[in-house]
Amino acid sequence: MAEVVKKATRDAYGETLVELGAEYPDLVVLDSDLAGATKTGMFRKAYPDRFFNCGIAEQNMMGIAAGLAACGKKVFASTFAMFAAGRAFEQVRNSIGYPHLPVKIGATHAGVSVGEDGATHQCCEDIALMRTIPGMTVINPADAVEAAKAVRAAVKLDGPAYLRFGRLAVPVIFDDSYSFEIGKGVQLKEGRDVAIIATGLLVSEALDAAELLKNQGISARVINIATIKPIDREIIIAAARETGAIVTAEEHSILGGLGGAVAETVCEAAPVPVLRVGVEDVFGKSGPGAELLKLFGLTAENIAAKAKQAIALKNS
Amino acid sequence: MDDVKKRQLSITATKIRLAVIEGTYHAKSGHPGGSLSIAELLAVLYFSHMRIDPSNPKWERRDRLVLSKGHTAPGLYGALALRGYFPLEEISTLRQINSRLQGHPDMKALPGIDMTTGSLGQGVSAAVGMALAGKIDNADYRVYAILGDGEIEEGQVWEAAMFASHKKLDNLCLIIDNNNLQIDGTVDEVCSPYPICEKYKAFGFNVIKIDGHDFEQIENALKDAAACKGRPTAIIQKTVKGKGVLFMENEVGWHGKGPNQEEYDLAMKELREQLAKLEEAV
Repeated sequence: MAEVVKKATRDAYGETLVELGAEYPDLVVLDSDLAGATKTGMFRKAYPDRFFNCGIAEQNMMGIAAGLAACGKKVFASTFAMFAAGRAFEQVRNSIGYPHLPVKIGATHAGVSVGEDGATHQCCEDIALMRTIPGMTVINPADAVEAAKAVRAAVKLDGPAYLRFGRLAVPVIFDDSYSFEIGKGVQLKEGRDVAIIATGLLVSEALDAAELLKNQGISARVINIATIKPIDREIIIAAARETGAIVTAEEHSILGGLGGAVAETVCEAAPVPVLRVGVEDVFGKSGPGAELLKLFGLTAENIAAKAKQAIALKNS
Repeated sequence: MDDVKKRQLSITATKIRLAVIEGTYHAKSGHPGGSLSIAELLAVLYFSHMRIDPSNPKWERRDRLVLSKGHTAPGLYGALALRGYFPLEEISTLRQINSRLQGHPDMKALPGIDMTTGSLGQGVSAAVGMALAGKIDNADYRVYAILGDGEIEEGQVWEAAMFASHKKLDNLCLIIDNNNLQIDGTVDEVCSPYPICEKYKAFGFNVIKIDGHDFEQIENALKDAAACKGRPTAIIQKTVKGKGVLFMENEVGWHGKGPNQEEYDLAMKELREQLAKLEEAV
């Protein structure tokens, strides 16, 4: 078996910004003293005149991003998810979302896989927060390939977008031929008994879960939802109708994230059991990222177990 | 500044005040006090100082104005309407369903609004972003932001000040409307932002203190700001909240409510008399 190549989505973000810097002379990148960690430091090195460090002042950074965008700049503003979606929520809502300015928020270090920094830095609420802002596109790429393509797609978007990246190196599951489109889910595996709808780094776990289920004679469909808003209703409703049972999987609170978005869609259009794998309404804690994912049940094993529960519910 | 120009600006400021009362009366809500206190400032900015073209509100080379104290939109709407951005009659639709004149300025709805504001402390950051864009592009437009003295209690205001000074944004001019009142009382009672001048000086600004009801002082301060190189300017203008309508002056209760019929009649009578006197003198 070939060795699994791993890469953090934040690395793909930084590399793609550098590429885009050459293509878009109007591209400006902001950070708030985390350029090394968010990987915007790569852009800073390549285009120092178009990189601005706002200091540890995320709220002001979002406002500056809005002002730059109002003057025609293509802006990426980066910090950790906790501070982009959390601390600066209202700035993102009122200065960027409400006037629908084309600011792209590159939020890194999302979820518990941040690791040792612990709960204060492990944002598991950002998808929920960002997807309630009208007109905000929310994208959570599954791997480095998808992350790069998402950044390229976002720069062309005439409106705000929140892009969610991770700290941890995660398996690369797509190759360069992978075609990414904002708002489109992708079926990665056909299956009839249950559909696993996953986002971000849980997509590779979902694929592993489908293998585990296959060995137990269960046919699981696997769908990757990178764009959480606008969500791909079609692929979700088809999954509900054709499999009759759904499990969602995300490195985010079970409240208001992908699980919430899928449940809302399914409840209104094709009600079937929807079970959620995610962080169970608790704060994170310190530890190695990969071990925390296991601790919080963000694993193929847990997804497979939930899938069986969902099938049992469907048949009850 | 000659007397003719002063009188013209005075007429404009009074017309802005009439629009403020007209709008907040029809809306039965809104913020007359802080709109009235910036009438002279708006008159100078829109009728004398700023490089703008009402027929081309998105003109790239225009000077920008961000009303960071967005709740005083009635004043800004009055100035914009009088300058020809939209019909003055629209003032009476303020805060109504389907009006372009939202309770706080909406750049997507109304021509002439350079930034959507309303949540205090946020507009000034956007103004900083606009000034930064001007520097990146080597453009010669200037960016103005009007802040309330209560508004500067917001921490974001000082994040913005730190950045503007750090980046030497001399194309940025903040005007702090020091009318000394906020919703819950006088600013020094609620949570004193004083001394304001010293704070901005400490943040590296060129600080100019003026009487915000004196046209000449306003114009000179704006010119001094434009001439100052290497650092942003903060103009601290001392004003009277509710200025021009006697029963509203220095009354904290007129921060955020619309006049009733009786109050409207009284205010309009007072302002129309002021206007008649000024026009008579021309």
